[in-house]
Amino acid sequence: MDLKRRIVLAATLVAAALPLAAQERFIAVASTTSTEQSGLFKHLLPIFERKTGIKVRVVALGTGQALDMGRRGDADVVFVHDPAAEKKFVDDGFGVNYKQVMYNDFVLIGPKSDPAKIAGGKDILAALKKVEGAKAPFVSRGDKSGTHAAELRYWKSAGVDIATQKGPWYKETGSGMGPALNTASSMGGYILADRGTWLAFKNRGDLAILVEGDQKLFNQYGIMLVNPAKHGHVKKDLGDAFINWVVSPEGQKAIAEYKIGGEQLFFPNYKGH
Amino acid sequence: MGVIVAAVRDAFGLMLRLDAQLLEIVGLSLQVSLSAVAIATALALPIGAAIAVSRFRGRQTVVVILNALMGLPPVVVGLLVYLLLSRAGPLGQLGLLFTPSAMVIAQTILILPIIAALARQAVEDAWREYQEQLRSLGAGGWTAALTLVWDIRFSLLTAVLAGLGRAAAEVGAVMIVGGNIDGVTRVMTTAIALETSKGDLPLALGLGVILLTLVLLLNAAAYTLKEAAQRRYG
Amino acid sequence: MADEPMRAPGSILPLRLENVSFAAGGRTIIDRVSLAFEAGPRTIILGPNGAGKSVLMRLCHGLLAPSSGRIEWATPERPGERRRQAMVFQRPVMLRRSAIANVVYALKLAGIAAPERIRQARAALESVGLADLADGAARVLSGGEQQRLALARAWALRPEVLFLDEPTASLDPGASAEVERIIQAIHAAGTKIVMTTHNLGQARRLGDEILFLNQGCLAERAAVDRFFNQPASAEAQAFIKGELPWT
Repeated sequence: MDLKRRIVLAATLVAAALPLAAQERFIAVASTTSTEQSGLFKHLLPIFERKTGIKVRVVALGTGQALDMGRRGDADVVFVHDPAAEKKFVDDGFGVNYKQVMYNDFVLIGPKSDPAKIAGGKDILAALKKVEGAKAPFVSRGDKSGTHAAELRYWKSAGVDIATQKGPWYKETGSGMGPALNTASSMGGYILADRGTWLAFKNRGDLAILVEGDQKLFNQYGIMLVNPAKHGHVKKDLGDAFINWVVSPEGQKAIAEYKIGGEQLFFPNYKGH
Repeated sequence: MGVIVAAVRDAFGLMLRLDAQLLEIVGLSLQVSLSAVAIATALALPIGAAIAVSRFRGRQTVVVILNALMGLPPVVVGLLVYLLLSRAGPLGQLGLLFTPSAMVIAQTILILPIIAALARQAVEDAWREYQEQLRSLGAGGWTAALTLVWDIRFSLLTAVLAGLGRAAAEVGAVMIVGGNIDGVTRVMTTAIALETSKGDLPLALGLGVILLTLVLLLNAAAYTLKEAAQRRYG
Repeated sequence: MADEPMRAPGSILPLRLENVSFAAGGRTIIDRVSLAFEAGPRTIILGPNGAGKSVLMRLCHGLLAPSSGRIEWATPERPGERRRQAMVFQRPVMLRRSAIANVVYALKLAGIAAPERIRQARAALESVGLADLADGAARVLSGGEQQRLALARAWALRPEVLFLDEPTASLDPGASAEVERIIQAIHAAGTKIVMTTHNLGQARRLGDEILFLNQGCLAERAAVDRFFNQPASAEAQAFIKGELPWT
C-alpha cells in the first residue's frame, strides 16, 4: 500500500494504543517487591477499590528505587519499609502525610544442614556472628532495599564490619527477595528475608526458618504522599484517600486479616486515632 | 525434569480453564507487541528500502550502524525511554510512563532497526535483479523502491517476524517502562519474571510454554502464506 | 538509400554520441566513440567478448552515464515524461504478478489511463501470441515466453527506439525464431531497432547495418551485406572468420 495510507494506519494504531486514562481514577503507588510478592496488595487493593472506585497501580521495586521514583514524581504515593530512609525523604521535602502503617518481621533462613549451627536461636546478632565465623555461604540482596538496609544494620550491631570482612562466602545478588531466595535455595545458603515473601515462596528446596522472634527483626512499614508542592501533577486527593484508608480501622483490619496458610503476615500498628 | 512436566501440565491447565487473568496477560502481550510491530514496520520498510536503492556519501557507515542497532539491549532501550517519559524527563507531561503506550514506544524503538536492516538487505538483493529493468521502464526513486517492496512483500514478512519475535520475547524494556503493574502493564514476559522470582517455577515455565506456542503459531501462519504466494506468483 | 534519412518532427532520433568514453574499475571500456543512430535501418552491434557492446547500449539507453563526451537525443528526455525508447535485456525481469499485469505496470508508468491500459496490454499480448497466458503468473512462464512478454511490454509503450541486448542468447532455436519474428514485426510498425548479438546468422537475417566494436572503439560501420562479404578492417575479418565455423 502506498506511503500515505501507511502513515494513516500507523497513526491509528498509535492512537489506539494510547491509554483511555481520562475516564479511570487511579493512583500510582511505588512499593517494594517483597510487599507485592507477599500477596498483600492482591488482598488489600480490591477492598479499597470497591469502596472508593479508585484503582491503585502498584509499581514494585526496591525501597531505594521506590523512594527515587517518589523524588522524580513518577508516583503519587510511596509505601516502603525503611524508617531511616523514609524520614530523610520527608525531611528533604519530598513526602507529606507520612504515617506508620504496619510491621512484619524478618526471619533468618538457612539450609536444614545448618553448618553455622544457629537453628532455633532467638538472637539475630549472635546468629549472624556465627555465620560470619563459620564463613558459611550467605546471600545478600545488595540492592538498596529495606531488607538490605536492615541486613547491614544487623551486621554492624553484631560487631561485624561486613564491608571489610566479607569474603567469597558472602554473595551479593543485587536482586529482589524472590531471586535472592532462589539463589539461596540452589546453593544452600543463609539469607535474611521478610516473613511475607518467605511464606509465599514456593521454591524452598532445603531451606527453613532457623532464627525468628527477635524484637530487632521487626520491620516497620511507612506510607506517604509525594509532595504536591514539588510535583504539581500528583493526585493529592486520591493519594490521601488511599493513605487515610490504609491507616483507618477498616484498612488496618484488612491488613491483619491477610494470611498465608493460616499465618498472619503483617501486624497493623498505626497509632494516630 | 519434574519441573518441566509440571510446567506443561500447568500451562494446559491454565489454557483449558481460560483463566481470566491469563487471557488478560496474553491479550496485552499481543496488543503491545503487535502494535509495536505495526508501527515499526510502517517506519522501517521505507527507511530500509530507501537506503537499499540510494547512493550517498556515508552510505556504508549508515548500513553498518543500522546492522549494529539490531543488537540494542532491551534493558538499555527501556532505561532511555524511562528517562524520556519520567515526570522528571522531557516528555513527562504526557503521563505515558507505566502505561501500555510506553511499552509500545519502547518496543517499537527496539525492533525498528531489526526490521529496517533486514528489509534493506532483502531490498538491496532484489534491487540488483530489478534495477535495470525498472529504470528502463521509467520508474525512478520512490516508485521503483515501492514497486520492489511490494514485489518482495512475502520475503519482507520474514523481517517483520524477526521484529515480532524480538518484541514478544523481551522483558527488559517493558519491565522498566511498564512497571509490571497487575492488570495494567503485566505481559507474558514480565509475568514469567515475577513468577520466577516468587519461586513458582512451574507456573513461570507454563507461561513460557504458552508464549512459545503463540510465537510458533504466528510463524507457521506466515510460512504457509509465503509458500502459497510462492506457488501462485513464482 | 536516400541521402538524408527520413526524420519525423519531434522525433528523438537521431541519437548522437560525441567522443563518448566510459571507464570503470580503472579500465576503459568505451574509448572515444562518435556516431549517430538514424531512424530507419535496423542496427546490429557486433564485436568480440569484452568489446563493450552491452555497455554501449546501456549508455545510449541512459542506464549508464558516460565518463566523458556527450550523448544527445534530438529531443532531450525529461525526467517524469513518458519514455520514447525501451530496452529488452538478455534475461527478462518480470514482477511477481500476472503476465498482463506486467504490461499494465509499464503502461501505467507511461501515464496511460486505466481502461486504456488493459486494452493496450491485451493487444500487445495478442501480437506476441501470449493472449492465452495473460492472466497466469509471469515468473512461471518459460524463458521464451518471458522474453516474448518482455517484447510485448516494450512494444506496448510504442517506443521510437528499441534496444535489445542479446535477446535470444538464453533461448532455444524455436523460441529464438519466435523472438526474431516479433522483432521484425516491431520494426515493420516503425520502431528503430538497435540490437547486439553473438549469432552472426541472426545478424544477417535481422540487420540492415552493422556497427563493429572492438576493444571499446568503433572499428567499422557498414551495410550488412558489405560487412560480411568485404569486411574493411583486419579486426572485422578476423572476427568473422573466428565466428563462422564453415569459413
